[in-house]
Amino acid sequence: MTTPPVDAPKLPEDVLIRVERLTMRFGGLVAVDDVSFDVRPGDVTALIGPNGAGKTTVFNCITGFYKPTVGRIALRKSATESWLLERLRDHQISRRAGVARTFQNIRLFGGMTVLENLLVAQHAPLMQASGMTVLGLLGTGGYRRAETHAIEKAKAWLERVDLIDRADDPAADLPYGDQRRLEIARAMCTEPVVLCLDEPAAGLNPRESADLADLLRSIRTDDGVAVLLIEHDMSVVMEISDHVVVLDYGKKIADGTPKAVRDDPKVIAAYLGVEDEEVEAVEREIEETGA
Amino acid sequence: MAAPASDAPVQKAPAPAIVPAIKDAAIAALITLGLAAPIMGLVTVQSLGKVQLEPHWMRVVLAVAVVFVGRLVLNLTLWAPRAGKSAPLITPEVEAQLKAVTRYAAPVALAIAVLLPFVPGVERTTVDLATLVLIYVMLGWGLNIVVGLAGLLDLGYVAFYAVGAYSYALLSTQFGVSFWLCLPLAGILAALWGVMLGFPVLRLRGDYLAIVTLAFGEIIRIVLLNWQSVTGGPNGIPNIPKPTFFGIDFTPGPGGFADTFGLTPSGVHRVIFMYYLILALALFTNYVVLRLRRLPIGRAWEALREDEIACRSLGVNTVNTKLTAFALGAMFAGFAGSFFATRQSLVSPESFTFIESALILAIVVLGGMGSQFGVALAALLMIGGFELFREFEDYRMMVFGVVMVLIMVWRPRGIVSSRSPSVFLKERKAISGSLVQEGHG
Repeated sequence: MTTPPVDAPKLPEDVLIRVERLTMRFGGLVAVDDVSFDVRPGDVTALIGPNGAGKTTVFNCITGFYKPTVGRIALRKSATESWLLERLRDHQISRRAGVARTFQNIRLFGGMTVLENLLVAQHAPLMQASGMTVLGLLGTGGYRRAETHAIEKAKAWLERVDLIDRADDPAADLPYGDQRRLEIARAMCTEPVVLCLDEPAAGLNPRESADLADLLRSIRTDDGVAVLLIEHDMSVVMEISDHVVVLDYGKKIADGTPKAVRDDPKVIAAYLGVEDEEVEAVEREIEETGA
Repeated sequence: MAAPASDAPVQKAPAPAIVPAIKDAAIAALITLGLAAPIMGLVTVQSLGKVQLEPHWMRVVLAVAVVFVGRLVLNLTLWAPRAGKSAPLITPEVEAQLKAVTRYAAPVALAIAVLLPFVPGVERTTVDLATLVLIYVMLGWGLNIVVGLAGLLDLGYVAFYAVGAYSYALLSTQFGVSFWLCLPLAGILAALWGVMLGFPVLRLRGDYLAIVTLAFGEIIRIVLLNWQSVTGGPNGIPNIPKPTFFGIDFTPGPGGFADTFGLTPSGVHRVIFMYYLILALALFTNYVVLRLRRLPIGRAWEALREDEIACRSLGVNTVNTKLTAFALGAMFAGFAGSFFATRQSLVSPESFTFIESALILAIVVLGGMGSQFGVALAALLMIGGFELFREFEDYRMMVFGVVMVLIMVWRPRGIVSSRSPSVFLKERKAISGSLVQEGHG
């Protein structure tokens, strides 16, 4: 069993995840450059930025798919339990630290039923209940009870995302919007403290987007799970997020409430683009002030 | 077939269609000529210590003519382009019927398997053949864990079979350990090798995994071939003791099986005993695999086959999951191997060549990856059919190839191509094979 590292930092109570000086290099390419921000518990934090800004890279660092080149990602799971995410192996980040995620291009287990998808998400507790398979194979131990419990939990989530009627259908047969919701339900079945969503509204129609916003709000309020999302759909971002972090070319250019970020000239410039001369002028200005 | 027959005459051979039909038939005939001329047309004959070529051009002409006419007829009738889309050979109705058949097929097959030695007219050779088929059924079920469930392509499965066989051979001949003690030991040793192979290949996927496992199979065989002092090299290990019936030998004298049970001494008793032994081992394998599929580990294997990255994001330890798949698959090969050793009473490296791995893999793929019944059926077809066509002699391999091509054309996902979910809420709906991933490494 991995125990929390002794040198895990003491984060203040109002910080759930603290990303500090995160840098990720791929060869010569600096995808994320010295980015720091906080995710507060009970908040919906949005990570936005133009294409190629490094949002997904930050995500992959937080969820353990990449090991950051430089920097630290600390998570305060409870008053006594803190983790340094960059030190955990990917599957431990979900299991121990309680970070769940979805993917930009949906990754469901297509050939398995909707219900099976949700049971795979409860692999760790079920595995424990089956006595690492041995007891389950013998049919003893509390495995049957644990499985019933897991199915009940899956059912509850299926009802919340309105997929209960399709529980026995293969996941690949669901329409796109349903697949998105199923992926969120599956992530929630791991009992996370923070849910990371990579473009959850991509490809959804306005109605589905509105439903998604409701679901995310309910996850934040009813389950007390913080949400960290990457999103291009600004209406969704502005509607549900409490805190927005803006990245551009791997650097953080703004960080604040949706309203503050929306009015930030740097953000507007990043999204709408500015003339090259203007950039040079700004750069010269910066150099001069620096010198 | 009623529909194509009714609309075929209407569309049949409009004048311009005949030209491409002839062209196509001519191309096919030309290919046949190229293939048949050296293979069928020239026969090497040994006379007076010299090898001479004997031409048989009539055969070639016949083959070319058959292909040309056959292809032409097919082009003009069955394959003629029709206005409507041609109906798929396996319609959903046929699929449903097949499903209904499969429901009863498994119990019926089991009943036949249990009663086989006592069916009148079944001879010793048939029981012997059935024993061989069951060895492959068991191997197929074991490999099904690795390939069918976990989606890891293993081309060196025979290595674990060899480990099991040699474990029993060495333990029994060198240390006099009994079969019943060796059986679990062989399984454990093979599982250990499974883990040892599993570790280095964990990071490999797809083709690379296949190549490394293939190499591993060859390494084991070559070690067996060259480690003369332990394995006896190419001569193998002879005089491996036969198992006893819970301590009672199958010898004709007093105290033997026939004597104890008041039967007429006969060699058939041991054959039948061996048959039931492998039947029990195979059924045990089946039970364990079916059970595992409904446990979290089984679901994790299948999830791994579907999407490894999603697995990692859900806290599934992919390293352990892959290793257990390798270890358990290898364990059943180890059991089968020790049975093989005791049945043959001789093990030598030539029983564990790559072709064995390929055969077992073909059984799994042909049967339908992940389907227990399909694998059993495929083993019966491949091993039983192989023996059945013995009279075809040299053409046996060709028939074998043709059958495989036909199955892959008609049922590309194997004989039983649908997946049965491990758990359900209201009803168990079979999942079409086209939705199920084949795994990627």
